[in-house]
Amino acid sequence: MARDRSPAELVGAVPDATFEITFDGRPIVALPGQSLAAVLWAAGILAWRTTRVGGRPRGAFCGIGHCFDCLATVNGEPNRRACLVPARPGDAVTTQEGHGHAELGDR
Amino acid sequence: MPNSATDDPEYDLAVIGAGAAGLAGAVTAAELGLSVALLDTSAQPGGQFYRHPAPALGATRPEALHHDWSTFTGLRRRLADSSVTLLAGHHVWTVVRAETGGRWDVHAVTGADGDGERPVRVRARAVLLATGAYERQLPFPGWTLPGVVGAGGAQAMLKSGLVLPGNGVSPAGAKPRAGGRVSSAGATSRAGGRVVVAGSGPLLLAVAASLAKAGARVPAVVEASGYLGYARHPRTLAVNAHKMVEAAMHGTALLRHGVRLRTRSAVTQVHGSDRVEAVTVSRLDRDWRPVRGSGRRIVCDALAVGFGLVPQLELATGLGCTTRRAQDGSHVLDLDAQQETSVPGIWAAGETGGIGGAQLACVEGELAGLAIAARLGGRPAPAGSARARALGRRRDRMRAFASVMAAAHAPGAGWSRWLDDATDVCRCEEVSAGRIREAVTDFGARDARTVKLLTRAGMGWCQGRMCGAAVACLAAEGPGEALPPSPERRPLAVPVRLEVLAALTETAASESGDPEASAAREEGTGG
Ligand SMILES: Cc1cc2nc3c(=O)[nH]c(=O)nc-3n(C[C@H](O)[C@H](O)[C@H](O)COP(=O)(O)OP(=O)(O)OC[C@H]3O[C@@H](n4cnc5c(N)ncnc54)[C@H](O)[C@@H]3O)c2cc1C
Ligand code: FES
Repeated sequence: MARDRSPAELVGAVPDATFEITFDGRPIVALPGQSLAAVLWAAGILAWRTTRVGGRPRGAFCGIGHCFDCLATVNGEPNRRACLVPARPGDAVTTQEGHGHAELGDR
Repeated sequence: MPNSATDDPEYDLAVIGAGAAGLAGAVTAAELGLSVALLDTSAQPGGQFYRHPAPALGATRPEALHHDWSTFTGLRRRLADSSVTLLAGHHVWTVVRAETGGRWDVHAVTGADGDGERPVRVRARAVLLATGAYERQLPFPGWTLPGVVGAGGAQAMLKSGLVLPGNGVSPAGAKPRAGGRVSSAGATSRAGGRVVVAGSGPLLLAVAASLAKAGARVPAVVEASGYLGYARHPRTLAVNAHKMVEAAMHGTALLRHGVRLRTRSAVTQVHGSDRVEAVTVSRLDRDWRPVRGSGRRIVCDALAVGFGLVPQLELATGLGCTTRRAQDGSHVLDLDAQQETSVPGIWAAGETGGIGGAQLACVEGELAGLAIAARLGGRPAPAGSARARALGRRRDRMRAFASVMAAAHAPGAGWSRWLDDATDVCRCEEVSAGRIREAVTDFGARDARTVKLLTRAGMGWCQGRMCGAAVACLAAEGPGEALPPSPERRPLAVPVRLEVLAALTETAASESGDPEASAAREEGTGG
């Protein structure tokens, strides 16, 4: 049973050099070509937003840009879909509370 | 293959979606001499089935996560050799009739999540809609907890980002497992997370097999239907041997990894405070009503769940294309033998015409490419050629199998019994089952649209993609005659900033005169 296999081993990945991003100030390692959501999952982080009404934690759900559950604040800009946005060196992802901004209606 | 558009060029054909169907359609049409633009939201072609890591991830064996990878590499080679203009990172939000006769304007926003600065318009004489599908979800208590992810979503994250859900840190207080640490060394998932796969449909087996191969522990695949539905159609099965081979391959992989398949069962509760810690799996009766007292708890780090796929039709319904109901109750495009919709000049292939898988999508894409080239070249429909006849036969055979599949996995009416009133049905607007039932029983809402107006269910960012199926079922449960469901209408296929809309003088939304359109525009930008 190939139990200790990882996805990277399975596809024989030889990635370009890793880099760092931060999540709520804490450094995490990213691989080039991964989405922000993938980087967060790889670090064991499943939630990076709280909901507007209940303040409940949320992260990626549909994985393909449809559900908007994965909204994150990236480099100060709220409402970015983490499953679509590729990670770039030095990106600062912060937990998005509610709308992610004071006013409704623009981003 | 040119890679960027010049200013407002005009093409013979605009293909929307670079999955199996769109790729096959685009290269076929281009090889027959048409100028073709191929638009897709993703940075690379492939769609859902052939989703693969970005080049920087350096996958030397991408085929390890795919069946039939050579079909894709073949299409990719033909694309590279063709004159097709690939417009990657283009999110099409509407298609409208151009003011110049016989032309269509395809409007897109650019960037990884459509956040780019540049609105784009592509004008073409014909449009092929190959926008694929999204997952049907049915809510259950705890389904909004982090660690509950779409089954196809888990597959997509694995195929593109080489990650698994639910590995890494253990919930506070729980015992850390070997291999379950925060990964600081490398940023792809480590082995060891326990992922239950649940819902209904053939995709579950594929997802479980991939997750297990990639190192996840999959304690169970939980399928709400039985597999007897297939056995009632031996002839259809016999002529679709490739599907049986595919299922057998998944089955073998699951056996090898010690994955248990539980049919006629569902996850009826997710446990955990801030993330998944366990699930309860209950037996279902034939209508998908949970059998009282049958619940068993399975400890896990994540749940990958989905109840089949639903075609993505907003661009088509915005154009007024006719739909029909499939065996599982979903709306699919009504197409003629040449893959043309009811709106002349608008064609469709793949999941938009009904869920059927990647091979069917390839066949339909090629058929559409042949037919569009014939039409624009002023030639009669190609139905007479040997190639078109062979493709048509393959399509019909695979469509028959798809119907059997849709019927075998159609959601049973009893699923709503596993909801409690506190379960959020609409994830975006946090509308509970209790509030929806109140709208139905106390305020007489009889369809999803009325429920939406009363409760905001389906009015959030995802425009009802995640809760639409569930809300429609709950509305139909009320007293009296239920209204027949209509295809969901979304004025915008993707969210668009107000500036982009304002810059356009004529949009589908204003032309359609849909009173919901203006409300949705504002939502499209701010939520
Ligand atoms: C999340 C998910 C995962 C899946 N995984 C598998 C799997 O592992 N195995 C399997 O057998 N089947 C899988 N499927 C089923 C899959 O739908 C088919 O097998 C196959 O991909 C269908 O091909 P297609 O060309 O019709 O659509 P797709 O492959 O879905 O291609 C559609 C393309 O259109 C693009 N698109 C959609 N809307 C727009 C727009 N408005 N603007 C621009 N581009 C747009 C999408 O980005 C996508 O690339 C999955 C489906 C989903 C939804
Ligand atoms: S996970 Fe659904 S939009 Fe990102």
